[in-house]
Amino acid sequence: MVSDDVASTASVPRIVSSRFDEPSGHTLEGYRSTGSYEGYASLRRALDMSPDEVGEMVKEATLLGRGGAGFPAGVKWGFCPPDVWPRYIVVNGDESEPGTYKDRVLMERDPHQLIEGALICAYAIGAAQVFLYVRGEMPHAQERIASALNEAYEANLVGKNILGTDFSVDVVLHWGAGAYIVGEETALIESLEGNRGMPRLKPPFFPAAKGLYMAPTIVNNVETLSNLPWLVAHGATAYRAVGTEASPGTRLIALSGHVNSPGIYEVPQGTTTFRELFESPGYGGGIRDGNELKMFIPGGASAPWFFEEQVDLPLEGRDVGSAGSMLGSGAVVVMDETTDAVRACLRIVRFFARESCGKCSPCREGTTWEEKILERILDGAGRPSDIELLLDVADNISPGPYPVAADPSRGLDAVPFPPKQTTICPLGPSSVAPITSAIRRFRDEFEEKITRRDAIEVTAEPVASVPAGGGHG
Amino acid sequence: MPRFTPDNELLAQKIIARYPRPRSATIPLCHLAQEQDGWLSEEAMEHVAELVGATPAEVLGTASFYEMFKLHPVGKYCVNVCTNISCQLVGGEELLEHAEKSLGIRSGGTTEDGLFTLEDVECVAACTEAPAVQVNYRYFHRLDSESFDRLIEDLRSGGLDGTVPGHGTLGKVRQDLEGDRIANITPPEAQGAPVWIERAAADAAPAGEGS
Repeated sequence: MVSDDVASTASVPRIVSSRFDEPSGHTLEGYRSTGSYEGYASLRRALDMSPDEVGEMVKEATLLGRGGAGFPAGVKWGFCPPDVWPRYIVVNGDESEPGTYKDRVLMERDPHQLIEGALICAYAIGAAQVFLYVRGEMPHAQERIASALNEAYEANLVGKNILGTDFSVDVVLHWGAGAYIVGEETALIESLEGNRGMPRLKPPFFPAAKGLYMAPTIVNNVETLSNLPWLVAHGATAYRAVGTEASPGTRLIALSGHVNSPGIYEVPQGTTTFRELFESPGYGGGIRDGNELKMFIPGGASAPWFFEEQVDLPLEGRDVGSAGSMLGSGAVVVMDETTDAVRACLRIVRFFARESCGKCSPCREGTTWEEKILERILDGAGRPSDIELLLDVADNISPGPYPVAADPSRGLDAVPFPPKQTTICPLGPSSVAPITSAIRRFRDEFEEKITRRDAIEVTAEPVASVPAGGGHG
Repeated sequence: MPRFTPDNELLAQKIIARYPRPRSATIPLCHLAQEQDGWLSEEAMEHVAELVGATPAEVLGTASFYEMFKLHPVGKYCVNVCTNISCQLVGGEELLEHAEKSLGIRSGGTTEDGLFTLEDVECVAACTEAPAVQVNYRYFHRLDSESFDRLIEDLRSGGLDGTVPGHGTLGKVRQDLEGDRIANITPPEAQGAPVWIERAAADAAPAGEGS
């Protein structure tokens, strides 16, 4: 009833998921005795190094952020202006991207790994307080983290003079209350300050320079920080040996939709293709009912759709990016031939319309109009101009060539991600991705639904005659 | 008047003390108020505003932004059916339709006996276990119309009382806010570089002079 299928194949190095199958992996005792490294030994190792050395190690390993944007974590840490104190760390556990739930499983199954990662980060950048922001709808993750924190405080792994050194840091568990946009780092900071979770304009200020309470703040994703204990235990060279040169390490992929065995899989970056992910018995196990693939979303609901031509692309940020989409949060949603493209498109657009924070009018108004137009098309009341109208609204949110996957059958090239935007944050432009993907590829499905509208019956006799003339001449 | 009980008042003070600015405790305190009363009333928000040093309008502004805060009384069980893309693909929308018929209410409504409030919600982060339902934020996976009806029956008969807490009760285990192990209760505004950074800088300096 409350279990999640987590699977992996033997050949995959398990960097973050090594304790997923351990029933006691979430306790301090379990954390110390199971998995692919000894629990909290990495923190001790980091404390024996200087803070700069830890930062250098992370830079050298090219640990890319796993929240969606894929920015190198070590470089981000380096953006803190020198000699400005206090500094804060905010752990982004407000994961709500449709299709994604890797962070929830990481927090539930291995909370100590995340806490240790956050401590290593705090030591490296000199933060005295860590805020662990967990999505409100995940009480099980909150319980697990709360009890892990209690154990860690008890064992002097968090708090004053950790492990007998002069390193002291508090980790504060903070609960969100349900708003997708709070996953954006500046919105997360606003929310943590007790406000409506609306994104801040950046530039001029980035959180690393002026974040929480206008102090230097590093916002890192749960999976990013969960990589640190393994990375420090095994070193940058061992970390770089997994994955590819540009994208070392692994990714947690949440595979859902029309596959036989949906689940969370840890895959090395760039060496597994989407085809293997869908078809290999160790992963997806083939498309449901032996159906044909119609389309798939490679990186969460924000990502432009991919089609049959892209299934041989490797699961790697750059390759997916140059093909016109993004690996984003590592959520792959598979849709087979029975899927109604317009209906799927509406569902994603409705999500963005509901979750728009309302700060920027192109997004606030645009997403609701997109939803309305798609709804009337599906209700059989579409107008012939609706396709152009949809594209026009989309262009007002994200101007210029839409970020879309290549479609060689129609001679259409891929347009690389990310899109241009008229809004402060990428939520609005994300709503454009399914529309442009669907219209470019399945325009005929839209047209068929629009012209299918029943002709309006005209009665034989006029009901009433309208008097001519009148006040307006 | 729904103010905090003495126990919760104490807890509220401890929560506030963990943040450098009291305003940051707005959301946790709204959760606490909702846990106490089952929903978030105007009086409760006024009380939270008093505690965190904000105006009631500011607390209302914050609380009304977030999906989880119920500004009206809701049923004992909030049944949240996910219809987002991964759930839609395997029958989430049909499940919601069935739930509406089965409970005799539209999404957003509450049954007459005050037991169930039904909501269609955005992604609940259980995509590979779709279609997913949360009851008071506890997961129920891969439901169809039959297992949904069984779930409702179990809830009605009290068979899930141990598994599903009352509405608004989020975490059964709290972060322990006691003790002198806590390093920084409200860190000062300009406290300078932390000692371990200063020490590392001091260690590095003589080495640079060549020994």
